[in-house]
Formats: sequence, C-alpha cells, structure tokens
Amino acid sequence: MPEPLTLKASRRAFLGLAAGGAALAASGQGARAERTRTSARIVILGAGAGGTAMANRLAARLEGATITLLDARRQHWYQPGFTLIAAGLKPASYAISRTAEWLPEGVEWIPEHAAGLDPVAQRVTTTGGRVLAYDYLIVASGLTLDWEGIEGFSLDLVGHDGVSAHYAGPEYAELSWRELDRFTDRGGVGLFGRPATEIKCAGAPLKMAFLAEDIARRKGNRERVQLTYHAQNQTLFGLPIVHHRLRQLFDERGIEARYDHVLKALDAQRRVATYATPAGDVTTGYDFINVIPPQRAPGVIREAGLGWTDRWLDQGWIEVDPATLRHRRYPAIFGLGDIAGVPKGKTAASVKWHLPVVEDHLVSELAGREGTETFNGYTACPMITRIGRAMLIEFDYTDNLTPSFPGIIAPLEELWISWLMKEIALKPTYNAMLRGRA
Amino acid sequence: MKDLSFATLIAVWEEMFGRGVFWALVAIAALITGLYLHVLFRDRALSLRKFLWAQLSMPVGAAGAVWFVLAITASRLSDMGGPIDWLVLAGIALVGAVGFAILVYVVQSLVRGPQDE
Repeated sequence: MPEPLTLKASRRAFLGLAAGGAALAASGQGARAERTRTSARIVILGAGAGGTAMANRLAARLEGATITLLDARRQHWYQPGFTLIAAGLKPASYAISRTAEWLPEGVEWIPEHAAGLDPVAQRVTTTGGRVLAYDYLIVASGLTLDWEGIEGFSLDLVGHDGVSAHYAGPEYAELSWRELDRFTDRGGVGLFGRPATEIKCAGAPLKMAFLAEDIARRKGNRERVQLTYHAQNQTLFGLPIVHHRLRQLFDERGIEARYDHVLKALDAQRRVATYATPAGDVTTGYDFINVIPPQRAPGVIREAGLGWTDRWLDQGWIEVDPATLRHRRYPAIFGLGDIAGVPKGKTAASVKWHLPVVEDHLVSELAGREGTETFNGYTACPMITRIGRAMLIEFDYTDNLTPSFPGIIAPLEELWISWLMKEIALKPTYNAMLRGRA
Repeated sequence: MKDLSFATLIAVWEEMFGRGVFWALVAIAALITGLYLHVLFRDRALSLRKFLWAQLSMPVGAAGAVWFVLAITASRLSDMGGPIDWLVLAGIALVGAVGFAILVYVVQSLVRGPQDE
C-alpha cells in the first residue's frame, strides 16, 4: 500500500469496475516478471483470501519452490458477502465456493489444520501428525471468533428468538436474515454493536443497524422498531471524521447510539442482553439482537509466541513490521490478512494491499535483492447506509481519508456508485485477487 | 499487478460474468458491430428510413439498460445520491441506447435488405 501514484492506480484497480469502461483507456499490463528459480520450502497457513491469493502469486513467480498450503476447510467463504446475505439480498450460496477450485498447479494443499508451530526450529506440525519444515512461513490463518466470550451464547441459538450472528458463516448469515425479516415484520427492540477487541470489517456491525432501519422503513414498519447501536468505546468508528458522519446519519435515521457498551452475556430465553459499561453492567431486553463476538488469533499462533508482547495481549495478533508485514523477531515469517498485528484494517481490501508487499519481500530475497514495497495501512469499507447506497470510506495508518477517486466519489456521501461497487464489482475483483490476477 | 490495467479489468469481467459468458457477450457485441459495418458497406449509404427507426428505438434501449442495471443491483432511481450517480446512470442509458439502435438498424437491413428506401 505504498504511496501516491502507484497506490492510487492500484486502488482504482480494486474498486474501479463500477466506475465504468472509461478506465479501459488505461495502459496495458506489463509482462510478469521472469520467474525466480529457488528450492525454498514455503508453507502458507490458511487458504482464505490471503493464503489462496499468495499461493497463486508465488506459484506464478517462483520456479522450483515447494509451496505447501495448510487449511482443513474445504469451503472457501467470500466474507464480504455475509452482510448482503444477512440483509436478504443474496442466498448463502453466494459466499460459498470450494477451496480446491482456487488453487494453482504446483501447490500442495494439505486439508488439515496446524496443530503446532515452532518458529525457532522453523517447523509446522499438522493435525494429522505431519511435520513440515519451512524456509519461509506465511501466516494467513485469519482469526478466531470467540463465541464463548459471550456468556450464555451459542451458535445453535442463531435463527431463533431474535438471535442473529452473521459473522459465523454463510448459513448463519442466512439464518440471521430470517430473524431480521421477522423482526422488521413484527417490530420491537433491535440491538446492534461490536466487541471491544479488534474485529474484521469494523463497518459490518454498523451496516447491519443501517440495513435493519432501511428494511423496516421499506416494509412501512419503521415506527414499530426501535434500534440501538452499542459502541465499544466513545466512537462509532476509529476515524474521527467518519465517526461524526455516522453519528449524524444515526441521528437522521433515528438509530440510538450508546457508547462504552460491550455485550458480555445473553439470556436467550428471556431475551435480555447484558452489557459491560464503565458504570457497571447494564441489561436490556430485545426482540432482535445481532451478536458479534470478541476476535482473537487462533490458539496455535498464540501458543507459538508470535504475538506482540506489549499490545493486544488478550488477542495475540502477530508482531509484524507495519510497513513490510515481516515478523519482527522471526524474519522467516510474514503475516498476511487478519492475523497481522497492524493498527488498521482486517478486511479483504487490506489483504489486497498486503499481497504485493509480502510477495515482493519474499521473492526479492529469494532473488538476492531487497524488497521495496511497503504497506501504508490502507483499508476500504463500503459502508452500506441503506439498500442502494453506501459511503466508500478508504483510509490509512495516519487516519487520513484516501479516496481512490478524489473529487468524483466523495467518501462521506451516500452514493449509488459506492453501492454498485459493493454489490457487483467487489466479488469479481475478490475472485480475480484469489487467482492472483488483481 | 498494482496498476489499473486492461488485463485486470478483463480478469474482473471474466469473474463477473463467468469466462464463457463474458467472451460470448464480447463476441456478440463484435458480431453486431461487424454486421453494422457490413450492411453500411453493402448498401454504400446510411438508410435514413432505417436510421429513423433506429433513433426512435433509442429510448427503449436506454430505458431497458437502466431498468436492467437497477434490477440486478437491488437499486431504485431514488438511490441516486450525487452527480456521479446521475452521470453513471446517463452513461448506462447512453450505452443501452446506442447499442440497441445499432441492433435495430442491423436487423432492419438484414431482414428488409438494401432496397428499402
């Protein structure tokens, strides 16, 4: 996510589809760099957005490398689609594909999880007992949703009695939609919010509140629903300017915001939620609740001692250089995607900008050079504010807005074009990214 | 691949429609354009009568394109939020209008033949 000129161009590549065919005038693509010969053993943990795309990129750039991808999940999930599923706009199948269909030739996929990781001996042990020695390890494991972090909650509650939890997966997102549909038919109290840990797509909890409001309005039931959003601190969004814009929109839409409220327990039978606040616990009754749990690094990663030792101690994000994404204590290890301990962005858009950085530093080193690419914290959030409109919010480590189309697509305006990007351009762009083509 | 390149856009379009459908659409568009040029060269003139019908059909093409895009994106005209939205919508209408007009002209030329004036 390097700076100005190339960066702007690449953001356009990611988001530019809906902007139309004018972009066709842009220059043709240069030929791929020549393949680098190497006998390096590279292990990639995780076949999500980051791991899959990296496997494709490395397979295209390297000749003779042993590339092994470790992930037990046979389904690949297009996670940016979960919000659309939870709003009844897409079926669960929209977000589901097969892990195998994205993997290139020449990469060995072991359908197991990592059971152990020794960063000193440079070895990964799989759940099936295989030991994989590596020269380079790319940790793209994603994160763990800590459902047990909410007392009284379990996933089998989803889809009944007003409980929704679309982060849990495509099927749960569809169950969540059924509850939202019922709620906006009947009316009542709807609760939204986010956990206090870092989370993937910090916009998603807010989007659900906006979508619930819009869906109730479309059904003519807006007067019958009362909507409350619970922020984990004093802001709705990490960027001050975006926080104020969201607060304004919440005011306009009649969505109440409560600050310093973190969901800690759920009594599904009585339909009561308990929030931790600085003044002590607060309970609230509900007819509908969207549950988003605390999020942490997977146990194997935390036990391996890869995490920062002075921050995120309860979460375990790995200690990478914010610019190069290389581990600060174990240079053979890179962090890619949600697991990276950087202060911004656990999104697919961030993955898109992590990829060339990690690829550059790894391939350059194998070719006897030093990598030059850097990540500037870029992330993007198409903040859906109603069906048919979104705000295309992009920003970096410095909390600056970094619009891809300055003067054309205003980041804090609710626009149809921003919705178009989310609705039709993002998934194809994501898929092209998985194949290493974007 | 860090720049917006033609290859990136092709890759994304292939993902959007599926590789087969995308290239089939490109082929159909190329075929209709080719047929248009063919009838122009064959007739050695632009038939004003056919051109009138083609022009009259433009609003149909424009409305059809707008309707199609709104339908597949769960959107409504009331979702237009700023100038860029109207410009994009106008672009979609224009593409629909011109594309449909060419199609109408070509179909007339092929069905009725050149001696239609």
